[in-house]
Formats: sequence, C-alpha cells, structure tokens
Amino acid sequence: MTDNNTQTTFKASGVDIRGLHKSYGDNEVLKGIDLEVKPGEVVCLIGPSGSGKSTLLRCVNLLEQPNAGIIHVGGFEATDLDVNLDTMRQKVGMVFQQFNLFPHLTVMQNCTVAQTKVLKRSAAQAKETAQKNLTRVGLGDYGDRFPDQLSGGQQQRVAIARALSMDPTLMLFDEPTSALDPETVGEVLAIMRSLAKAGMTMLVVTHEMSFAKEVADRVVFMDGGVVVEEGPAKDVIGNPQQPRTQDFLRRVLDPTHVEIAE
Amino acid sequence: MAMTTRQRARLSKIIQIVIFVGIIVAVVLQVDWKILGENFFAFDKLGPIFPDLITVGLKNTVFYTVISFAFGLTLGLLLALMKMASFAPYRWLATGFIEFFRGVPAILVLIAFGYGVPTAFPGTSWPQPVVVMVSLGLVSAAYIAETLRAGLQAVPKGQIEAARSLGMPAWRAMITIVIPQAFKIVLPPMTNEVILLTKDSSLAFILGASMAQYEMTKIGRDGITSLGAGITPLIVAGALYLVITVPLSLVARKFESRTARTKR
Repeated sequence: MTDNNTQTTFKASGVDIRGLHKSYGDNEVLKGIDLEVKPGEVVCLIGPSGSGKSTLLRCVNLLEQPNAGIIHVGGFEATDLDVNLDTMRQKVGMVFQQFNLFPHLTVMQNCTVAQTKVLKRSAAQAKETAQKNLTRVGLGDYGDRFPDQLSGGQQQRVAIARALSMDPTLMLFDEPTSALDPETVGEVLAIMRSLAKAGMTMLVVTHEMSFAKEVADRVVFMDGGVVVEEGPAKDVIGNPQQPRTQDFLRRVLDPTHVEIAE
Repeated sequence: MAMTTRQRARLSKIIQIVIFVGIIVAVVLQVDWKILGENFFAFDKLGPIFPDLITVGLKNTVFYTVISFAFGLTLGLLLALMKMASFAPYRWLATGFIEFFRGVPAILVLIAFGYGVPTAFPGTSWPQPVVVMVSLGLVSAAYIAETLRAGLQAVPKGQIEAARSLGMPAWRAMITIVIPQAFKIVLPPMTNEVILLTKDSSLAFILGASMAQYEMTKIGRDGITSLGAGITPLIVAGALYLVITVPLSLVARKFESRTARTKR
C-alpha cells in the first residue's frame, strides 16, 4: 500500500479481545466484549457516551485493569500477570482526548523523551525519528515550541507524532477530536487518514461518523457495555440492522431532527 | 443632609489619615528617644562583635539552613512518596512521622539530639552542625512532605497515563514527567520553608558549643551581656536575617513568573 505523503509503511500487529469484563464497584461497564482487530485494519468504536467504548480502549494497553477476559495485543498477552507491561506499551501508541502533552518539555522533547529514556536510543537517533514524525504530521518546524504555544489541533498532531516516534505496531485513539475546536478537527483526521492508508493498525473511539464511514474497515457499535452490532463501515453506518444502532445514528447524523419521545 | 457616595468616600479617607498621623505623633511624643537610642541603636558600641557577626554568625546561619534543608528535602520526598504508597503500613509510618515532628517544637527536637542522645548512648558525640542538620531537617521534612505530596498530586493524572502509555515504568514517569512539573507548583511554599528554616536555625543557640559554630542569634545574645548596648546586637542580627530572606523571596518570585509560561 503506498501513499503520496508518507513513504514508510508500518510493521503492523493486531488485537484480540475475548470475554472482557470491567466493573467499577457495582457498576459493570464492560459486560463480556469479544473484539478482533487484524494487523493493518482500522476499526472505529462508536456508541453513546457511557457505553464503555473508552474503557474498552483503555483496557487494551492496561491503563484500566480488566476484571476478567483475555487480551492479546501486539504479540503480547496483556492480561497475563507476568507480562512486562512497559515493553508491551512501547508497541502500542495511544492518543488521548486531552492530548496529555508534557507541558514542561518542548515539542521535540515530547517526542524524544521516551525514545531516549525507554528505548535507550541515542539523542541524535531520537531526534531524527522525532523530526521525521513531526514532519509527517506537518509540524516539522515546531520542534522548539512549547505545547501551550500551539492550537488544540497542533497539540493533538504532536501527540500523534510522539506516539509514532516509539515505532508502535498499533495505535489507540481515544476520542482524538472531541476536545478540539471545530476548525482544527479536519487537520487531525487528515493525519489519521494518512496513517490508515500507510497500513497502521488503528482502534479509534470516535464520534466522527463521516471519518468512520470513509476510513474504517470495520465499525463496532457499543451500548450499555456490550457490542450491539459490528461490520463493514458502510453497512453499520449506512444500513444499521439493530434498533439501538439506528436510533443512535439518527441522533448523531441529524441532531436537528431528533424528536423527544413522550 | 445625606452625603453622596463620593463625599462619604472622601470623608472616610480623611478620617483614616487623621488616625494614622495621630498614632505616629503619639508614638514620637511618648518615646524617650535617648533611652531608645542607647538600648536599641547603639551601633557605635558594636565593634567587638562586628566581624564575627558576619564572618562566623551569618556564615553559620546560612550553612545550618542549607544542610538542614538538604536533609529535610531528601527525607521529605521519601515521606511524600511513602504517603502515596499503595502499601498501607508505609502510609501509616509516614503519617505518624509527619504528625509527630509537625506537632513538636523544633527546640525540643534540638535539645533531644543535642543533649538527650549523647546521654542515652554514651560515647556518641555528634558535631554541632550534624545535630542541627538532623533536628531541623526532621522537623522541616514533616512540612516538606505535605507540600511535596500536594504538589505531586496536583499534576494531572493524564500526564502519568501518557508517560505510562509510552512504556515508561512508574518510577521513570515520576522522575521525568511528574516531579519537574510538581517542582514549579511547590516552589512558592518551598521558599517559605527555606525562610522558616533560616529563622529556626537561630534555635541552635541552645546547643552552646564553640565560637566557630555560633550562628547570628547566639553571637547577638552574647553581645547583649558583653557590650552594654542594650539589644542593639539583636537588632543588627534581625536585619541580617532580612538580608537573607528578602532576596530569597525576590528570586523565587522571579523564577516563578519566568516558568509560569510552561505551566498549564
């Protein structure tokens, strides 16, 4: 697969989730999730807020500890108690809704700190990799800036470059455009689109239905802690079978025509 | 006749000026300036203590402050991390330590280490700087621990998540990501702690020891009995404390505004 913007393709790995349960106290957020993402596949998780999709994503790299179930990710069994989570997480890039850039470090340092401290790359090597990825997200000249000198969209692109600098084999996106001003959403989605074309495995929690429809190989609709419907993007979004999916999409795609029932 | 708001404000201002001037005049008239001068401001009689007050006293005050703060900061960081530990006995231990040394007067701790320890363990004899460092360090560690814990917990949780998601172990995320950000948050209260320590170092007068280990307050107190200049030596010592603490506040404030930009 080739792309005009990006020469490199990725060494991709997948995710396999079996029987995943997660509770906070008495509140069961995930009620037995099975989900597979094949290497190089782009899967979008959609659903109403509180449906458990962000929790599911955070379970994949064990930012949340599942109560039951097995997760294979990037060649590791993440739920194995003996697995080295730090080594596993090096292979799993994550992009957060609130960017979570390190405010005391420059854009360049944000992209090099984990390379030098975790991967033990030399400063020159780390900088080269960071520069390559900052250029890829269109911010090659912004290395000396601090995060608070950038717009939200630029910060999120730096966050993507930071994750890519670790050479991950798959990427998790947790509502990457939800905290952005509307005019900067497009630039972030464009970067994600180019990553997808370059063959990156991506698991994306999003409310951007047009992005999901265009980029995702598969869309998974979640509600109430279970997977309600999944399939090719054009089927799930274009022709949903389940009433809950139909109802959700009607609200999201045409918010001005929702009728308040009863 | 009702007054307008502006008239009322002007009247209130005039009354405040009258009271202020009245107090000053009363003080000036009441005070016997001759006696005051002989007992408070007899600078001409300070000759015998003068080089020592600065070359020995000021030097030792700064020295005791620096070593106590270094000890207190190290121990305080350890206690702060213990207070945040998931293993409960660590938290209990840290809480007990903090409550104890925050609640006990520093001078009691100094006496305990200066006189109690050599009595209880015959043969142990710590040099005075070590006694000061340990005693004041233990007390300041209790305060520093609480300040550091608050600072570390003020760094958003997302910062740790981002660091961990890049494969950093917990200790690495703490050192590289959390502590540098917490440092900026704790700088103002930490400056307070150094200023308090500077003043608490005066409590070392209780330990006696030799001239080479005297700090400013001790030299000033001895000056009261030997010089016949009233408390003038202490007035000068007091001014020298300000010479240390005021620039410290100014530097901290400057540093604070310089780093404010990188704070979110």
